[in-house]
Amino acid sequence: MAQLFEFEKPIIELERKIAELQKFSAEKDIDLSREVETLEKKVSLLKKEIYGNLEPWQKVQIARHPERPNFYDYAPLLFDDFIELKGDRLYADDQAIAGGMALFRGVPVTVVAQVKGKDTKENIKRNFGMPHPEGYRKALRLMDQAEKFGRPILTFIDTPGAACDLAAEERGQGEAIARCLLAMSGYHVPVISTVIGEGGSGGALALGVGNVILMLENSFYSVIAPESCASILWKDTSKAKEAAAALKFTAQDLLKLGVADEVIREPQGGAHYNSRQTADELSAVIAKYLVRLRTESPEALQEKRYQKLRAIGPFQEKSI
Amino acid sequence: MFKDIFRRTKYVTIQSAPAPKRTTAVGTRQEPKTVKKELPDGLWVKCPKCGEVLFIKDLEENARVCTTCFYHFRISGRARLALLADENSFEEWDSEILTLDPLEFPGYEEKLLEAQEKAGMIEGVLTGRAMIEGVPVVLAFNEANFMMGSMGSVVGEKIARAVERAIDLRLPVVIFSTSGGARMQEGILSLYQMAKTSAALGRLAANHLLYISVLTDPTFGGVTASYASLGDILIAEPNALIGFTGPRVIKQTMRQELPAGAQTAEFNQMHGLIDLIVERAQMRSTLARLLRYHQEGVQHGATV
Repeated sequence: MAQLFEFEKPIIELERKIAELQKFSAEKDIDLSREVETLEKKVSLLKKEIYGNLEPWQKVQIARHPERPNFYDYAPLLFDDFIELKGDRLYADDQAIAGGMALFRGVPVTVVAQVKGKDTKENIKRNFGMPHPEGYRKALRLMDQAEKFGRPILTFIDTPGAACDLAAEERGQGEAIARCLLAMSGYHVPVISTVIGEGGSGGALALGVGNVILMLENSFYSVIAPESCASILWKDTSKAKEAAAALKFTAQDLLKLGVADEVIREPQGGAHYNSRQTADELSAVIAKYLVRLRTESPEALQEKRYQKLRAIGPFQEKSI
Repeated sequence: MFKDIFRRTKYVTIQSAPAPKRTTAVGTRQEPKTVKKELPDGLWVKCPKCGEVLFIKDLEENARVCTTCFYHFRISGRARLALLADENSFEEWDSEILTLDPLEFPGYEEKLLEAQEKAGMIEGVLTGRAMIEGVPVVLAFNEANFMMGSMGSVVGEKIARAVERAIDLRLPVVIFSTSGGARMQEGILSLYQMAKTSAALGRLAANHLLYISVLTDPTFGGVTASYASLGDILIAEPNALIGFTGPRVIKQTMRQELPAGAQTAEFNQMHGLIDLIVERAQMRSTLARLLRYHQEGVQHGATV
């Protein structure tokens, strides 16, 4: 059973009651169907109430859920074929980033994704989804290939942030990310970036320069982790909940701020309750935008992506 | 014993020109009439590196570089401009773009006002065109005194505009960075300024125009991971701290001790990440030399 959150407990409590009632009714042969029906209605309302009004911090918890589907869970559900390609040709193969060629509804695409592990062992292998420079350079190599062969690029964002250790500094973490930003902004192929879990700062943005930016309903995408923000603002990491609200980083916030183009529905309670259903929603929305983008000329794709970036971030200009 | 003698707590305020005309777009504010002088009151200052007590006048005359150990004190964008550009050649651009508070972030308005007071400018980057030894160039300077040079929507916009104007004018670009990174208070909008500035520099590169990035103390986070790292030529000032993750965060989150000298300009150069380390006194002549190599339609002596 999936790890449960505190805010889900009233639902579980009620569901347990229903199960008990049903068991009792069967054992004693007493008709309790009306009571069960009432409780089931109540549970359904409660779910709507709780899952429909998740606070930013609760979404952070869902987005970081250890069983939340990662790229490797979605890949076989989204693609008819996926050939993973490895290495940056310079240093190593970073397993915090996966990439390769895939067939998406029959269309050859290049795919690049950040990947978190599901358990400690896998997380050590994947550095908890925090890529090193070689990861970004692998992503860049694969995306350049897509540009060369005219393949659309699909990126999937799911990282707490770029690796923040000495090795990353020595190998030029900043430069590796910056190169991705510059390259992505100039491509002549469609680029669709989807945040599927955690979008942690510059390390996430390195795959986020899309013509279209999509976000799963319970994902978030932030300039800084809420814990770090709380530590800076209030010198108290336990105020992450307040920081999560202040940063306005949920999918719904980003839609309002003009960064995200669409929020993709998740199953009630979050993607981890049904990865197939989530993949179906992802597939439908990505396909909708891909069809649109494929009608654009290479020049228009580049220009419109540039204009999208140029328009992000409001300011006021004194008229002269 | 003598340690405290030179520590001053009083700061003198001086008239600064030009004073900012308006403060934030958020409301009508009092004009800050004065800005703090950069050095503590008094005639002396202690070098944080070698401990030498320096006569302030000597320090200022030496471009704020320690006369004993060559430690480069931090310096404002305007002071840097004065050291670099030909006299009266600077034309400032976009000085009237005002920051909004799109997230209504706790304490942001107050932070902005404080920064404006401290830096004597309305936002954290100075942009424009000037001449360096007669070579026309587009310049941008992050302002360390303005919320640690952090990049919000206005900083990103001003840099992008400066780069776009350089393309129109077919001029090279030199950006002096000093920054803690993307500005937290504008959230995701700050993050995307990294993409915005990088995209503009991509266009500059596609137009075969030169971009020199000068990294000064300190340059970190979202600025290192965007425009500061994208120069055709990367220059750093001696000893400047440059990196993606700040040393304190590395120590805290990774429980990793950093070797002495980690993330200095010299460390970055050793790891292949920086072309040149140039002392402040040589910056103007070095930039001029590099710029002349790329000057369009200028003959350099005899034809081969």
